[in-house]
Amino acid sequence: MAVKKMGLKQKYAHLTRGLDWETSYQKMDDVFPYDQFEGIKITDWSKWEDPFRLTMDSYWKFQAEKERKLYAVIDAFAQNNGQLNVSDARYINVLKLFLTGVSPLEYQAHRGFAFTGRHMRGVGPRIAAQMQSLDELRHFQTQAHTISHYNKFFDGIAEFQHMHDRVWYLSVPKSFFDDARASGPFEFMIAIGFAFEYVLTNLLFVPFMSGAAYNGDMSTVTFGFSAQSDESRHMTLGIEVIKFLLEQHPDNLPIVQKWVDKWFWRGFKVLGLVAMMMDYMLPKKVMSWKEAWEIYFTEAGGSLFTDLERYGLKVPKYADVATEMAEHISHQNWAVFYQYTHAAAFHTWTPDKEHLDWLSEKYPNTFDKYYRPRWEMWAKMDEEGKRFYNMALPQLCQTCQIPMAYTEPGDPTQISFRCTEWNGEMYHFCSDGCKDIFDDEPEKYAQSWLPVHQIFQGNCGGPTVPDVLNWYRLNAGADNMDYVGSPDEQIWNSWKGKAPAEAAE
Amino acid sequence: MTVEIKTIDFEPKRQTFGHVARRIGEGKPATRYQEAVLDVQATANFHYKPLWEPEYWAYDTAKTKVVMQDWYKPLDPRQYYYATYNISRANMNQSNERNFTFVEDKELLEKLPQATKDLLINRLVPVRHLHWGANMNMSEICQRGYGTAITSPCIFSAGDHLGMAQIIGRIGLELDGQTGDGLETAKDAWMNDASWQGIRKLIEDTLVLKDWFELFVAQALGVNAVIFDYIYNGQDEAFGAASLPISMLTEFVSDWSKDEVKWSDSVIKVVAAESVENKATVSAWAKQWIAAAQDALTPFAGADNAKAQADKAREKAKKLGLEI
Repeated sequence: MAVKKMGLKQKYAHLTRGLDWETSYQKMDDVFPYDQFEGIKITDWSKWEDPFRLTMDSYWKFQAEKERKLYAVIDAFAQNNGQLNVSDARYINVLKLFLTGVSPLEYQAHRGFAFTGRHMRGVGPRIAAQMQSLDELRHFQTQAHTISHYNKFFDGIAEFQHMHDRVWYLSVPKSFFDDARASGPFEFMIAIGFAFEYVLTNLLFVPFMSGAAYNGDMSTVTFGFSAQSDESRHMTLGIEVIKFLLEQHPDNLPIVQKWVDKWFWRGFKVLGLVAMMMDYMLPKKVMSWKEAWEIYFTEAGGSLFTDLERYGLKVPKYADVATEMAEHISHQNWAVFYQYTHAAAFHTWTPDKEHLDWLSEKYPNTFDKYYRPRWEMWAKMDEEGKRFYNMALPQLCQTCQIPMAYTEPGDPTQISFRCTEWNGEMYHFCSDGCKDIFDDEPEKYAQSWLPVHQIFQGNCGGPTVPDVLNWYRLNAGADNMDYVGSPDEQIWNSWKGKAPAEAAE
Repeated sequence: MTVEIKTIDFEPKRQTFGHVARRIGEGKPATRYQEAVLDVQATANFHYKPLWEPEYWAYDTAKTKVVMQDWYKPLDPRQYYYATYNISRANMNQSNERNFTFVEDKELLEKLPQATKDLLINRLVPVRHLHWGANMNMSEICQRGYGTAITSPCIFSAGDHLGMAQIIGRIGLELDGQTGDGLETAKDAWMNDASWQGIRKLIEDTLVLKDWFELFVAQALGVNAVIFDYIYNGQDEAFGAASLPISMLTEFVSDWSKDEVKWSDSVIKVVAAESVENKATVSAWAKQWIAAAQDALTPFAGADNAKAQADKAREKAKKLGLEI
């Protein structure tokens, strides 16, 4: 008689929980040296509820199956020149932003989860973190492989690795992840596992993938579908982490609340790039940033925090400010890139009339009043041969590293400035949220590698714009400036004009 | 005769990413492995020193004593990236899974005399804890190491050890009638039985190593080449009639071992060949950890077997260019 197969849950418990042991030849505190200093108290690791129960054999099987399908699509896409089917070559700029700004974060997440997958004391969370480490490596690699085909034809993609470590606006996502990586294991799990993967993923991953779907990018959207089940595993891990920490000890609540406040705000600032992508860069729009914010943060986040109230956790500090900013952030960001188009590794453009009307409709409270007149003025200047460029280097926020272009809560005509004196130096911030983060850990944020400061200190190739672009490996005249007149536009028009004629031969 | 489908040619502007092209030569198409691995880890302009180790950056060449002019020299001869790794392991496991079905159908373990079952529970099943320690080490090298060429195969190896720990766990459950009692007994042996204490001490000693390349050498040449190799390949005689079904159920382990060695040997060889200093450092580590592994194996296997097993590891180390 064959042995009756065990259920997955029972089998999983036998095959994971029992693996760990209390070391005695070396002290446990030496084996796990990093999980005490943050002040988090764990009284019983065995109370951890496994958020998903995957043994390695099932993991290999599921993931291998997904990879076989995904790479078949990537190959077919390349073979059939699927880039011809995107809505417009302006769309490629979304991929440039994604590969230079987001994919390197996937890699950072891979290494970060390897850290927590080694250094948390409980076996359950360690295994979950290790699987996420593997998944994040997958996401980096499949994104590079997917976008590699676009790189063969379009500019601004080839130097994504080099640029991520250097280019001014890419220090925004880079410093975000460096910040998480420099934190202890529990803060990392809250920062990335909870705040980023759970609270904010629908405002990052989903808009890029939906944008790909709406704009005919079959290979990126296939990656998106393929990564969906990984992402939902990551979300369940994120929610389990926060519940576990809050259930373990009441002293954990103020620490966790501080991290949730901090990482919500850090994440919100990074997402400004997504806001701009959704409102300005997608030729075929999915929804406005404001709508996305309402659905995925105000509503979904609202019910999440209602659910977490029983642990005493509150809605992140300044969530109301972020919600107010949802009326403004995309317009202010795209205006920054428009002014600094000469130093950006993707193309910019002024919205055409149809696009302006869409923005007016989506932002009835703010667009016509504050932003439409500016775009119309800049378009007119451009027509007159006086295209506006800002040649002064901007002041950056010490925390989020974004140029100081955001406005005061309640007054969109005033730029928001904050500052703090610490250790005899003055530090500048774009918001109360960023100032609070600095004030709580000034030793950390005083270290920030601020691109503009670095240029002035002579660490970025030289004093002139061409010197700096050269140091970025930014191919001036191809990677930067407006879409109109770019080599991207040229190649796209040549395909669109020529391809059908040749095919008819 | 060939059939040619007419397609439109689109002349690419470039074949691959800049950082890949600078390594393989402009105008050459890159492999998926190259695009997935080369120069992927950040190297410059980090923002904050880690709170938990402020003497280093998160990615810092100073975290090991060995010095490489280029950490993308020790490449993976298997050219694994995520997809090829998972597909390889899914295939290996499929075959192992068929063996489980076969052994279960024929009741090859169930029918063993209790004394043999007890022997396996005491001499084989505790090795799942050693795999778990190895999993921790490989995760540690992944997080602590420098350069994606070497760190990405480490998380694969960590996954492998977890998978193998689970295969051994399943064998334990086959032996104890799916109750988990055998796993408890095996854990007790791991914690308390004199024969396992050297091995447990050895792996615990590696868990506190700070130099990640020393850890790599200790794991590959000490733990893998001496301890795992003996446990899986040195006990056939003692296991008697059980050795065949056990070999079948651990087919994955034996496939893994051949696969892992291809990579870890190549890494050690390349790093040692970099300079006189590296060769001396790696040789000293190899000598130290093979000796430690020999001591660790002695209570388990007896002095003669432990020495023979360690000598095999020393021979291998010499072939990799080390001086032992």
